[in-house]
Amino acid sequence: MSGVRSWVVRRLLLGLGQTAAVVLLVFALTEALPGDAAVVLAGDQPDPDRIAAIREAMELDRPAHERLLDWAAGLLHGDFGTSLVSDRPVSTYLADGFGPTLLLAGLTVALLVPTGVGLGVLAARHEGRFVDRLVSSTTLGVYAVPEFAFGVLLITVFALRLGWLPPTAVGYGTDLLGHPAALVLPVVVLLSRPVCSLARLVRAGMIDALDSPYVAHARRYGLSGVRLRYAHALPNAVAPAAQQLARTIDWLLGGVIVVEALFVIPGLGTVLINAVAERDVPVVQGLAVVFGLSTVVLNLGADLVTHRLTPRAGVAA
Amino acid sequence: MHKTRASAPVASRFPELRRRGFLAAAGGVAGVGALTLAGCTGGSASSEAAAEEDGKPRRGGRLRAAFAGGGAGETLDPHLSSLFSDVARAKALFDKLADYGPDLSAQPRLAASWESDAGLKRWTVTLREAEFHDGRPVTAEDVLYSYRRIADPEQAFRAKASLEPIDLEASRALDARTVEFVLKRPTAEFPNVLAAFGAYIVPEGPQDFDTKPVGSGPFRFISFAPGRSAVFARNDAYWEGAPHLDELEIVVANEESARINALLGGQVEYAHELNPTTARAHEGKGRIEIVRLRNSAMQAFVMKTDRPPFDDQRVREAFFLIADRRELVDGALSGAGEVGNDLFGKGYEYYAADLPQREQDLDRARALLKEAGAENLKVTLDTSPVASGFTEAATIFRDQAAEAGVTITVKTGSKDSYWKDILDSGTFASYRSGAMPIEAHISQRLLTDSTTNATKWQHEDFDALYRQAQSTQDKEERAAVYARMQRRLHAEGGFLIWGFGDWIIGTARTVRGVASKAPANSLDWARFDKVWLA
Repeated sequence: MSGVRSWVVRRLLLGLGQTAAVVLLVFALTEALPGDAAVVLAGDQPDPDRIAAIREAMELDRPAHERLLDWAAGLLHGDFGTSLVSDRPVSTYLADGFGPTLLLAGLTVALLVPTGVGLGVLAARHEGRFVDRLVSSTTLGVYAVPEFAFGVLLITVFALRLGWLPPTAVGYGTDLLGHPAALVLPVVVLLSRPVCSLARLVRAGMIDALDSPYVAHARRYGLSGVRLRYAHALPNAVAPAAQQLARTIDWLLGGVIVVEALFVIPGLGTVLINAVAERDVPVVQGLAVVFGLSTVVLNLGADLVTHRLTPRAGVAA
Repeated sequence: MHKTRASAPVASRFPELRRRGFLAAAGGVAGVGALTLAGCTGGSASSEAAAEEDGKPRRGGRLRAAFAGGGAGETLDPHLSSLFSDVARAKALFDKLADYGPDLSAQPRLAASWESDAGLKRWTVTLREAEFHDGRPVTAEDVLYSYRRIADPEQAFRAKASLEPIDLEASRALDARTVEFVLKRPTAEFPNVLAAFGAYIVPEGPQDFDTKPVGSGPFRFISFAPGRSAVFARNDAYWEGAPHLDELEIVVANEESARINALLGGQVEYAHELNPTTARAHEGKGRIEIVRLRNSAMQAFVMKTDRPPFDDQRVREAFFLIADRRELVDGALSGAGEVGNDLFGKGYEYYAADLPQREQDLDRARALLKEAGAENLKVTLDTSPVASGFTEAATIFRDQAAEAGVTITVKTGSKDSYWKDILDSGTFASYRSGAMPIEAHISQRLLTDSTTNATKWQHEDFDALYRQAQSTQDKEERAAVYARMQRRLHAEGGFLIWGFGDWIIGTARTVRGVASKAPANSLDWARFDKVWLA
């Protein structure tokens, strides 16, 4: 177990390094984008004097490395800096955007795991038969539809035609929990593709596992079908799915802009899109830190889960 | 059109930059119809007309209006307004001294009247009796404080350039409700300065606009969540009469499809900025009402007149003649607009409507190009998805030019820095403008020292004509000078203005009193104190 512990520490250190690298890269790329926050703010009034004045007010006239170092020094004290555009702390941007994103991601994952695994197991049990074909073709079909198109379709049918659900969450702000009906369609859209990929992975893993010598051996011992499937085959089938799940959660925590824009949910994706468009570098960097760290932690978690499910696969830093 | 954009890659999903493209300041020097307007009373003809058509206003209710917004960086500081949503919130909470009527002439608001001395350099503005939300009266000192705040050299407020003609050091309060403005030069159109984009009057002294803004506007502040929603309540003490609505909520929905869906689903009663295709789909179907604000968005190409090939007047004229304006309006604006005549401000005060409408004439265009030695001309057209219709118009014009033997290469640039990129570089580019007085268009874009002179139209004699207009008291004489300037621009200017787009608004069927003769940015546009719910 101490091997695992030192591996975890090494992975975390490596993750910190990776996050720092991501932040540096993001800073460099944002700087490399044409135009800066002053130019964007000046918009269709690109009066050179005004741009210069805005630039000065934003302290954009200071060298890039100084601004980066200042920001990094603040970060060490837990200070994410202030937005160039509004002068408000970046931490409020992150906190405000994180609520809706976390809520959507949490609900989606809570529904995703049972549905995805359930469908996968169901299909595997009926491999090659009607149920399997139905599940497989449906998941493949849904997977092929982009979120935006799927969202528009659902809104048209369930909100505008049938009037069962509200078409957007406009005006609800962060109080999404107070309007659960507004969450149904976004969560369904978010679920649509991950459920399909998860179900297909679990199905394939189950079929492989059920065909494997060790399950055959267990069967010869006379273990019941249920125990075979759920105690022996399923853990092996879920191991690859755990990696996929980590990637999905990461994707969800990044704020899925398509869904946020379509349903007017002001999550992290919206914050990121706005910040990049406005060249609001401190906000972009703050988001890069959050996204970097969550990716590192999630992947680490996924590896640990895989390790527990299939110990003999071993771990490697 | 909307669908393709909406499903395009992430980059095209921030309408705020398209929107930012549409904000129009009435910057520069300015003012129209000064003396003749002195003493006019407030209130706008068109909103009252709309009210009559719709029957007797009913009091009460809450209206939710969806606008595209600026994200978590939004503020209620009215002097920082730049997006349409900013202005909608600012005009609920604050007033300007004047604002633009349907023809973009300045109408008195907090100013009850104005008059100038014979030299047009000293203006006396009398304030009407009005009070801020905290009960304090609006005074001359508040006006001077507001303007000095905007003009602060340390800041970069948008209206600063518009207030440039005022010598704020020398200007003073004559009494509590009289301000004397001293100007740096004769400015016949000074009332345009008072109506300038973002020139709102705030009470003297520092205030926290985002938590407790105090203005003199028709609505009082209740709550504000940047990038999400702002809630306001009726100001019963409003000088022009209390609004009909109990409450107004301005919500942010950046995606056009979200705004129309929220309207159709009954989540909002007013949706700002809809696509022409959406409008066509719902117009006359009885589910929602579509309001088209004509003459809101000028659509053009700019030719840089100081460099080849456009330094030759014949080439510019040939390009004027290449454009099939109807095809451009139908193709790039989905028919939601009208054709332009290479002049800014169709339907506005001083517009030279008597000049003949230019039509496509490819033979004449070819002959002119030949005369100029510019056969087989190759030109690069800079464009960007920064405003709707830009890239469509560019490809349509490319095909039209090909018929006259001109090869146009369309180059699509970054939308975030587009306006700066085309200001000094390139030769030929897509361009648009929101509504502003014709005089402001000239002062901002067509004088030697204009800050955004994208056509590089720099002529001493033209500058002199502008100064002459600004020093002419008599309105008719002034109109004659503007007519001369427009004739010249029509004949040989650098703006190929092919159309004027409608600004499209959707409302629930219960909403009444929404003015339709109100170009975006004018007084009656996004004006919720005259709106009521039937």
